Amino acid sequence: MKETKDHAALSEAFNADEPRVNWHDETLWFVRQKRDRAAQTIPDWELLRETASRIKHNVLSNLHDYLLQFEASARANGVIVHWAADAREHNQIVHAILQKHKVDRMVKSKSMLTEECHLNEYLAENGVEVIDSDLGERIVQLAKEPPSHIVLPSIHKKKEEVGMIFHEHLGTPTGMSDPQALTEAARQHLRETFLTRRAALTGVNFAVAETGEFVICTNEGNADMGAHLADVHIACMGIEKLIPERKHLGVFLRLLTRSATGQPITTYSSHFKKPREGHELHLVLVDNGRSVQLGREDFRNSLKCIRCGACMNTCPVYRRSGGHSYHTAVAGPIGSILAPNLDMKANADLPFASTLCGSCTNVCPVKIDIHDQLYKWRQVIVREGYADTKKTMGMKAMTATFASPATFKLAGKAGRWFMRHAPFAVNNRLNPWYKQRDMPAPPKESFGEWYLKNRKKKHE
Amino acid sequence: MSSRDSILAAVARNQPARLPLPEMPAFVLGEGDPVEKFAAVAVSVGSKVFRVKNLEEVRQAILKEHVGAKRIVSGFPQFSDMAETSVAPGTDPHTLADMDLAILPAQLGVAENSALWVTDAQLPLRVLPFICQRLALVVRQQNIVPLMHQAYDVIGAQDYGFGTFIAGPSRTADIEQSLVLGAHGARTLSVFILEE
Ligand code: SF4
Repeated sequence: MKETKDHAALSEAFNADEPRVNWHDETLWFVRQKRDRAAQTIPDWELLRETASRIKHNVLSNLHDYLLQFEASARANGVIVHWAADAREHNQIVHAILQKHKVDRMVKSKSMLTEECHLNEYLAENGVEVIDSDLGERIVQLAKEPPSHIVLPSIHKKKEEVGMIFHEHLGTPTGMSDPQALTEAARQHLRETFLTRRAALTGVNFAVAETGEFVICTNEGNADMGAHLADVHIACMGIEKLIPERKHLGVFLRLLTRSATGQPITTYSSHFKKPREGHELHLVLVDNGRSVQLGREDFRNSLKCIRCGACMNTCPVYRRSGGHSYHTAVAGPIGSILAPNLDMKANADLPFASTLCGSCTNVCPVKIDIHDQLYKWRQVIVREGYADTKKTMGMKAMTATFASPATFKLAGKAGRWFMRHAPFAVNNRLNPWYKQRDMPAPPKESFGEWYLKNRKKKHE
Repeated sequence: MSSRDSILAAVARNQPARLPLPEMPAFVLGEGDPVEKFAAVAVSVGSKVFRVKNLEEVRQAILKEHVGAKRIVSGFPQFSDMAETSVAPGTDPHTLADMDLAILPAQLGVAENSALWVTDAQLPLRVLPFICQRLALVVRQQNIVPLMHQAYDVIGAQDYGFGTFIAGPSRTADIEQSLVLGAHGARTLSVFILEE
């Protein structure tokens, strides 16, 4: 179910409450600063990023063989491996496993892949109740919203709102808003869930081709509580999550949380290699457009992503428009590269939701050229005829203006004249740039005029 | 064609020309003593650190720290007087739900992030270090390595069914980024660095 509203319209709704936008912006910037401090304590930070990026490059260039190697090692370990070409098949596989075990209530830990596949909705339609066990995901699930951030799913919610949600659904006293008390309430509620569910689904952070094991990173311990108490553990992963050897985990585990929240490592980094005695461990390998993205030379690198969220925390657009404005499972800069691959028409607006400032590229732990790819998507989208008409007209005019120096000078002069003498002609409801923006005072002269005058002076 | 074969075929068709794996660089921890660093990071993520000479000192510290603990499970046979030290492998993990404290040995510790490595060699049941209200891990000082890379050098080709790095008590910051210890796993982590 695609939203019909685009990023601009959804941001406008988010921007209606200015103090809240400022709070959202500052909270994420604070997380970004923690990332900076963590990165600065590692003397080899840049070497780590470079190494990670090159390992992932090798993975992408040899993915076929690594997939085969991983499948063989996982099977030898006793893991049941499934392959899903798309979201539908993924959901059907999960449902079939649950049916086989006669399970109609499942506990799930964080998995953006299952968000991408809309697994919860699918299972609900088929009579299976799913409880998300990550605290942030549980909050948005109770609020009937999707996560707004891949690492911090409920970052858009204030503690008072969480208190209200918990009061309604978990029976906590009215007006409770202390994070400690709210977390305790969730702990009790979810502990009961962990102890009574016979099936647990988890995501996968990294899967090792060499050994057939996979690693799940959480701070809360929810993936482990679910998986080790259930009879059946289903782990779902995109095919790009592979890394070649166990020793490479050292590189990625050092980068992941430092980039995400500035922590040195998650509380738990659990390595699942074999099923528990007498229990089933299923692993679902999902393509869902990844093999297509692999063939798009300009966008291939997006498959290196380790889902740390750093590009969102730093993005001036994400911080001020909120995760939901991206109307897709993965929000922010990286989401805006991944989404058009899945559905170019429905997500044509997303590559435009960026200032192309490049901050995302600078923080990305696997050195994805994020802002370059956003820029390239814009060209593909305009070429394929998916850009919205207002934008296309503007861009065509801009291209013509930039192409001719004479027109450019004239346009600049006209623009400055209009801004000084008739600001309403620029700052009006028809010009979307001025939404939530104030107009700066126009300079008296252009840079070109200033340069000529000052150069002349210097040479006199 | 099965999904497996069609995915593999699409990947083979679309993957770029083979690029080699990079050599693993020799990463360094930077200044300072790894054990000191380990202890400092452990405290910074909310663990309590004890530097002890022997297991007897561990016992004394635990008796003092965890006075109220009723059900204790331990991987150390030396603690059989105060803890259940043999959990049969086939035990239903749900029966551990009322456990107060688990005391377990860790194979190694990592200075840069205070993570401690345990596998099923230390865990009669996988859920043990997660379901307990409080957790104590004991690591030998000589088994503290500087970085994750050295940790994986030591782990090498170990054949475990399950292994995990544990760094601190379970935590969350999902409500307005306020740090709360004790999300779903252990509420506290006591780390004992054993000199002997
Ligand atoms: S693109 Fe890079 S910065 Fe963004 S989530 Fe992925 S790994 Fe992190």
